[in-house]
Amino acid sequence: MLELRHIYFEADDGLGKKQILKDINLMIEDKSFTVITGPNGGGKSTLAKLIAGIEKPTSGKILLDGQDITNMDITMRAKAGIGFAFQQPVRFKGLTVHDMISLAAEKNLSVEEACGYLSEVGLCAKDYIKRELNASLSGGELKRIEIAMVIARKSMLSVFDEPEAGIDLWSFHSLIKVFEKIRALTRGSIIIISHQERILEIADQIIILANGSIKETGSKEELLPDLLMNSNTCKFYKEVQS
Amino acid sequence: MDKIQSQLLEKIAGIKEAPSNAYNIRVNGGSIGSSSTPNIHISFKEDGTGIDLNIKPNTINEQVHIPVIISQSDLVETVYNDFYIGENAVVTIIAGCGIHNCGNGLSQHDGIHTFYLGKNSKVTYIEKHYGTGDGNGQRVLNPVTNVFLEDGSYMEMDTVQIEGVDSTKRITKAEIKDNAKLVIKEKLMTHGNQYASTEFTVDLNGEKSSTNVISRSVAKDDSEQIFLSKINGNSSCMGHSECDAIIMDHARVRAIPEITANHVDASLIHEAAIGKIAGEQIIKLMTLGLTEEEAEAQIVNGFLK
Repeated sequence: MLELRHIYFEADDGLGKKQILKDINLMIEDKSFTVITGPNGGGKSTLAKLIAGIEKPTSGKILLDGQDITNMDITMRAKAGIGFAFQQPVRFKGLTVHDMISLAAEKNLSVEEACGYLSEVGLCAKDYIKRELNASLSGGELKRIEIAMVIARKSMLSVFDEPEAGIDLWSFHSLIKVFEKIRALTRGSIIIISHQERILEIADQIIILANGSIKETGSKEELLPDLLMNSNTCKFYKEVQS
Repeated sequence: MDKIQSQLLEKIAGIKEAPSNAYNIRVNGGSIGSSSTPNIHISFKEDGTGIDLNIKPNTINEQVHIPVIISQSDLVETVYNDFYIGENAVVTIIAGCGIHNCGNGLSQHDGIHTFYLGKNSKVTYIEKHYGTGDGNGQRVLNPVTNVFLEDGSYMEMDTVQIEGVDSTKRITKAEIKDNAKLVIKEKLMTHGNQYASTEFTVDLNGEKSSTNVISRSVAKDDSEQIFLSKINGNSSCMGHSECDAIIMDHARVRAIPEITANHVDASLIHEAAIGKIAGEQIIKLMTLGLTEEEAEAQIVNGFLK
C-alpha cells in the first residue's frame, strides 16, 4: 500500500516560489486501479514524479507498505517496487528495444521473452526488437514500448503519466485495450494520470486533483457521471478550481 | 607471441592464433607470420615498407586478417599497405592495431592503407584500435586511408577506437565513381588527456555515386576531439554525413562539416550534434533500478555499440 501524508511541493518558476501541491493525503490500496484526473496544470504529473522519486516533496511523508520512502532516490524506489512510465518517453541512441526491456526486467531476456512483453502492448515484436529507441519510432510506438518496460518490471506499484498524451486516435484505441488487459491481470497496484473517459471507466478509485489539491476522491460510480456531464463545459473546471 | 601480444591480437582482430584464411600478423615492426590463399595473395614490398594484397576477381566471401601489434616502447613505424580488389570480389578485411606500452618512450604506428576497388566489388573493412600499458610513453596511431572506388563497387569501413590511444590523427580520402558507394561508421571514445582528430574527404565524382559517413563519439575527462568531414558532390550523387558526440567532464569537441555541391543534382546533407547525456535519459534508467553511474555507463556503451 502506498500512502501520501501531508505532501507539499513548492517550485521556483523564476518569479518566486509557487505552491504546486498542497496538503495531499491519499492511500493506494494493493492491487487497486486508481486514475488521477483534473485540469492541466493542477499538479498531476508532479504528484506522479513525487511517487517515483524524480521530485522530492517540500514537506510531508511517502510510505510504501509502511516504510518511509520519502528520502529514497529514484533507484532505491525502483528497487523498492515502484515503476514509472513517462508522459514523454525518453529516446536513446544506440540502446535497442531489446536492451531496454532487458534492463527493465533486470535480466538478460531472450528475444522470445522480450517479444512477449511487446506483444502485450500490441506491437508486432519482430519488427521492433532490434530497433534503437530513437526518433525513428513514432510517438505511439514509443509510448507502447514505455508501457512494455513498466510491465516487464513487474512492480508492486506502477505509475503511468498520461499514457494517452501525444498519440493518435488509432494508437489510443489499442492503448485502451492494453490497460483493460493490465486491469484484468493486475499483478500490482496501478496509478494512471489521465483525462480519458475510457480509462476512467476501468478505475476502482478516481482522484480529482486541481490547483494542487485533491478536490474529490471516490469510486467511478460516484464521480464519473458528474465528471462526464460537466467535462465538456467550463463548469467542471470552475467547480474544481473554486 | 607472448601473452600480452596474444591478448592484444584477440582484442583487435578477434583471433587467438594464425587464422586459416589469408593473413599477415605484424609484431613490433616485422611480420611474424603470413599466408596467402588461392584467391588472396599477400606479398611484401621490396623496400620493406609494407604489403601488397591482391584479391582475384570474383572471389566470394573470403576474409583476410592484417593486424598490427606493438608491445615495445620507443618504436615508431610507418607502414604502407596497398589493397587491389578484383572485379566482383566480395571480401572482409580485418585490420587493427593494438599497442602495449609500459615504458617511457613513444610507441607509434602510422598505417597508410590504399584501397583500389575493382568494378562491382564489395569490401567490408574492420579496424579496431586499442592501447594499454602503464608506462608514461605515449601510444599514438595515425591511420591514413585512401579509397578508390570503381563503378558499382561498395565499401563499408567500420572503425573503432574505444580505449587507451593517447593521440590519433585519422585521415580518410575517397574518390567514388558511377554507382559506387562508401559507408563509413566510426566509433570513438577518448578519456584522460587524449586527443583524436578525424578527417574525411569524399569526392563523389560518378553518376549516382553516394556516401554515408556516420561518426559517434564520446569525449570524457580532459580529452579533445576534432571531427572534420568534407563531401564534394561533383555529379548527380547523394552524400550524407552525421557526427554525433557525447561530451562529458571537461572535454572539448569540435565538429566541422563541409558539404560542397559542384553539380545541380548533387544532394548533400550534414548533421552534427554535440551534447552531454540528457538528464532525462539518466532518470529513465534510474526508474528501471540502475544507479546514476550504471545509467551513464549503459548510455555510453549503447551509444558506441
